[in-house]
Order: sequence, then structure tokens, then C-alpha cells
Amino acid sequence: MVIMDFALTDKQKMIRKLTREFAEEYITPVAEESDRKQELDPTVMEKMKELNYFGSCIPEEYGGAGLHDDTISFAIITEEIGRVDASWAITTGVHCSVCAYPVYKYGTEEQKKKFLIPLAKGEKIGAFLLTEANAGSDAGGVQMTAEKDGEEWILNGSKIFATNGGIADTMLVVAKSGEKDSRKELTVFIVNKDTPGYSVGVKEDKLGCRASNTSELVFDNVRVPDHQILGNIGGGFKLGLQILDYGRIIIAAQCLGLAQACLEESIKYSNEREQFGTKIANFQGIQWKIADIATGVESARLLTYKAGWLCDQGRPYGLAGSMAKLVASEAAMNAAHQAVQIHGGYGLMKAYPVERYFRDAKLGEIYEGTSEIQRMVIANHMLRKR
Amino acid sequence: MFKYFIQVKNFSDVLILKIFVCIKQVPGVAEVKIDPKTNTLIREGIPSIVNPHDKHAIELAVSLREKYSGEVIALSMGPPQAEKALREALAMGVDIAYLLTDRAFAGADTLATSHTLALGIKKLLKGTQENEKYLVICGTQAIDGDTAQVGPELAEELNIPQITYVLKFELRGKDMIRVERAFRAEEVVVIETKLPALISVLKEINKPRNPGIKGMVNAYSKKQVIYLTAEDLGVDNKEIGLNGSQTEVWRIFIPQRKGQHIMLEGTIEEMSQSLCNNLKEDKII
Repeated sequence: MVIMDFALTDKQKMIRKLTREFAEEYITPVAEESDRKQELDPTVMEKMKELNYFGSCIPEEYGGAGLHDDTISFAIITEEIGRVDASWAITTGVHCSVCAYPVYKYGTEEQKKKFLIPLAKGEKIGAFLLTEANAGSDAGGVQMTAEKDGEEWILNGSKIFATNGGIADTMLVVAKSGEKDSRKELTVFIVNKDTPGYSVGVKEDKLGCRASNTSELVFDNVRVPDHQILGNIGGGFKLGLQILDYGRIIIAAQCLGLAQACLEESIKYSNEREQFGTKIANFQGIQWKIADIATGVESARLLTYKAGWLCDQGRPYGLAGSMAKLVASEAAMNAAHQAVQIHGGYGLMKAYPVERYFRDAKLGEIYEGTSEIQRMVIANHMLRKR
Repeated sequence: MFKYFIQVKNFSDVLILKIFVCIKQVPGVAEVKIDPKTNTLIREGIPSIVNPHDKHAIELAVSLREKYSGEVIALSMGPPQAEKALREALAMGVDIAYLLTDRAFAGADTLATSHTLALGIKKLLKGTQENEKYLVICGTQAIDGDTAQVGPELAEELNIPQITYVLKFELRGKDMIRVERAFRAEEVVVIETKLPALISVLKEINKPRNPGIKGMVNAYSKKQVIYLTAEDLGVDNKEIGLNGSQTEVWRIFIPQRKGQHIMLEGTIEEMSQSLCNNLKEDKII
């Protein structure tokens, strides 16, 4: 008899343990300072490159760590990094899941050799550029143009709110490459930052995840050769959505880690803080909050790992990924909200990490598809059998 | 700081080819709880870890292999779950691991343990060339038993030189090692010896690395933990486990705290005064 098994493998457990040890040793001590300085710590950056955090989900033959067939482990890594600092989980998560992985999954052999290997080794940082001033939730609203000129394409326009934008060396750029039957056709291009005409615009000053770089990027007659098209000409809309499907599992994991951190801080604080002559953990009002946070964390974990499992099994995972991202980001927001409430006045102070968690949590409900977009995706699956 | 210098033997031209690291899986807390009825350690709910000293031994072995060449082999005697500790060693860069596991090994004291480990090492050395030199690295002691006996006993079993409490290690020539060994307070002895040899290391010797993700993945996908039983070692059951042990644990207990401490408060002058008063009252001065 085959029994359904929720247990992690020994390998996955070891990955969690050793990633946690790394994260607590290197990232935790500088997380608050990085948030304040709005900068990723350079020592942590070097260490994470050395330890393959920028190539986790890429096969070893392309310079990665070999978790391309173990998305659950990749999620666990992102969860553990996200548990100590959402900014780092976003940086490596986005780099790996929506830049390096798509090049591995959809790129030509030549593209993999040229672009993927340096990305997977962490020699280059990656980003995925879709969002524009008038193309947010409506991804089809992309106005950046790509005009054919001989064996090249000329890109014009600008992208905003790009995660890793200001620090990225290699970008996947979604641009309008033409029209067919009066419908816009999009194409994904691989662009190097040293291409003439490309420049970094405003670096955003954000509410949370402040150490993670979010920037505006400007393309002024940027010439990209044919062989830097990812996938097919005109196939960019579908490809973009596929890229985001995979990315959502990792965003869910990042949010899950944040929710877990809120849970742990809430338990710790309510067992320390005394009011009315007793630990506040003895009050039912606090207990219910902790019960709700814990339930949210576990729901997020189950959905996230399930989406990862479906992906590893070669089954459709878009729906599960959307659900995971929706549940995990809302669980994180609620967990952070309640964690600050449990901490009372101290929760508003920078001396306690929940202050940062609260600010960091909101991003999860917005980037890589808002909660509303996730619900739309889920409803489409339910009602129209996409 | 005094430095003693002892030179043991001469250099020759043989390469190190094999480095054995002996590790132990231990409960992950410094102070374990004891079941008062059975006098045994309560292990339930306590995660197991690689003995912290042993991580320094692994680090030294792997860094030597990276600097020179050769093979790092990890060994552990323990129950099947000790495989996890060996996998962690593999993640840190150890090449291959052997788990000596058998019901017959159970209940071993340090002597029976070192005997079993020695049999394992001898088995793995079989077939290698006579002039092949090897190095055995152990952590000084385990945080659970705290005996610091297995390393020295293992060296005796293998009939090779041993240097314990190693603070610094250097390979000189092809088969000479020079180490600094902690010796009394503030003193260090510099010792040279020829391989094969066994050293046991202190935590000060290095900082164990954080394994990269590639290392963790390979620890399960590309590298092996090979199980060896008593039969594989071809050993008489009288020499191993409880039967082979010369010591017996009668009782484990947490010692009662004797005496009390007094916290003095105030300025330095006030505290000095009350300290003198207390000492006078107790007729110490």
C-alpha cells in the first residue's frame, strides 16, 4: 500500500538545517542595518555567491547547485533565508526563479553557456523586467517596443519597480515586438547591462524589503541580437506567465519564511512579557492570535511544498502556485500584523524585528501578481478550466 | 608564551593519500536531561548534531585535501540514524563515508569504540601500498561523553603516533607533520612526527565551513555512506560493544550544587569592603 507522505526527505531536512545555520550566522546580524541603509551587505553577498545561493535551482553542468528537480528544497532554502531577512530571499529568489531558471528551462544551448553559467555562479545578478508605468497587473499593457532591424532588435521604453533592477547584470525583458490580428505580440529578450542605451533610473525608496534593490530601468535604442530572444518571437506573453508561475512558488516560500519568523517572535515575546502579574501567553486573547498565525504558517507551508512537489513531478503547478502565493503572502501579512499587536508598543520599535517584518510583509501581497490577480488566476482555473 | 620543540623523525618523499576523520553524532544540547529512573540520557525531542569538535576535524581534513591532494574518508560508529551526521560531513566536502553499525556494537565504551574504529580503518587500508601514509583526525572530545579517550585509544590500536589537543597543523615535506599542541596554561608544544599519525584537534584550530548548496545536494546524490557491520569487519563479538567494554556505567546523575554564591552590589569600594567583611566573618582572612 502506498501511503501519502508529508515528511521531508533527509536531504531536505539537512538543507533546512544548514541553510538556517548559515542564515542565522551571516544574515541575521546585519539584517537591521541593511534595512536601514537600503543596501544588501557585501560580505553576505560574497558568501552567498560562494555557497551557490545564486544557482540553487540550476543543474551543476551550468554552474548551479543541482536543485532544478527539487523545487521543494529550493523553496525550503528561500523560506529559511526569508525567515531572517525578506530582502535576501527576494534577491536570490527572483534572481534564481525568474531569471536564471527560465534561461535554463527555455533557453538555447548557446544562451545557457553565455548567460546561464555566470548567473548560476553568481558572477552576474539577474532580473525579470515586465512591469511598466501602465503595465502592472495588466501584463499585456506593455508599451516597451522592440523593432526589428536586420539581425537585431531595437528596444525602447522603460521598466519600473524591477526587483534587483539596479544591481542586475543580465535581464529578461518583455517588450512589444509586433501586432498580429490587431493583438499585441510580446517577446522576451535577454539583455546585458553593458549594452549601449541601457541605463538605471530611479532607485525606489520602499516601505519594506528596503535592502532589496527596486529600480527603474531605461532603454534608449538598446540593440539586442536575434539570438538573445528567449523562446519564440511573439511568444512573450505566454512565456512571461509561465516564468511567473514558477516564480510564485518561490515568492510563496519567501512569505512563508517571514510568517514563520513572526510566529517565532510572537511565541518568544508572549512567554517573556508579563502583564497583570502573569506572562501574556496565559491570556486567551494572545493564545488565539498565536493559533491563527500558526495555522496560517502551516497552510502556507503545505500549499507551497505541494506546488513545488507538483512542479517536480512534471504536473501542472500554476494553480497550486497561485494558491500558495496568495495564502502565504496573506498569512505573512496577518502574522506580521498580529505579531506587532502582541508586542504592543515594543512592536513599533526598531529594537524588535517584528517592526521590520511588518513593513516587509506587505510586498508579498503585491509583487509578482497582487492577491487580486492570484484570485483572478484561481477563479479562471475554477470557472473556465484554463 | 613558551614554545617547546620536539622533533621526532626525518622527512621522506611519500604523499598523504588518505585522511580519516572520525566523527560522532551527539544530542544537540550541552546539558542533556537524565531520566532519574533509568539513569539514561533522555534523547527524545532533542535534535542530533555532528559533535562540534568533530566539525573542526572535518574542516582540517577537507582543507588539507584542497591544498594538497588525496582522499578524505569519514567514519562513525553508531546507530543507522548517525548516517545523517556523515551526510553532513559529506556536504562539507568529505569524499566518502563509512558507518560502522551493528547491534553488536551497542553499549561500547571508549575502548570497544576505538577498537571498532581501528578495525574499520584497517579494513579500508587493506590493499593500499605499504608506503602509503595516512592521517587520522579526531575532535578532541564529544560533548556528550566528554572523555577525550577515543582518539588516543584509536592511535594505540593502530599503533601509530598520536598528538592530542592540536591548535595548529602544518604538513611539512611529504609525510611529516608539525603541530602546535596546547600544553598547560599559556603554553604550546611544537611537535613534529612522521605519518601515519593521529591528531585530535581543539576548536581553536579553524572555523568549520558552511556547506554550499551544491555540497548539500551532492552529499545525497553523488556521494556514498557505506554501512559496515561486525561481520564486514570480521571481528569477534567479544571484542566489541558491551562485551568488549572494560568499563561499565553505573549511574549518571547531575551533581548537586554545593555551597552558595553571594552577589555583591554597589561601587567598587563598597563591594571590596563587603567582600573583606564576608571573608573575615568566615575566618578566611
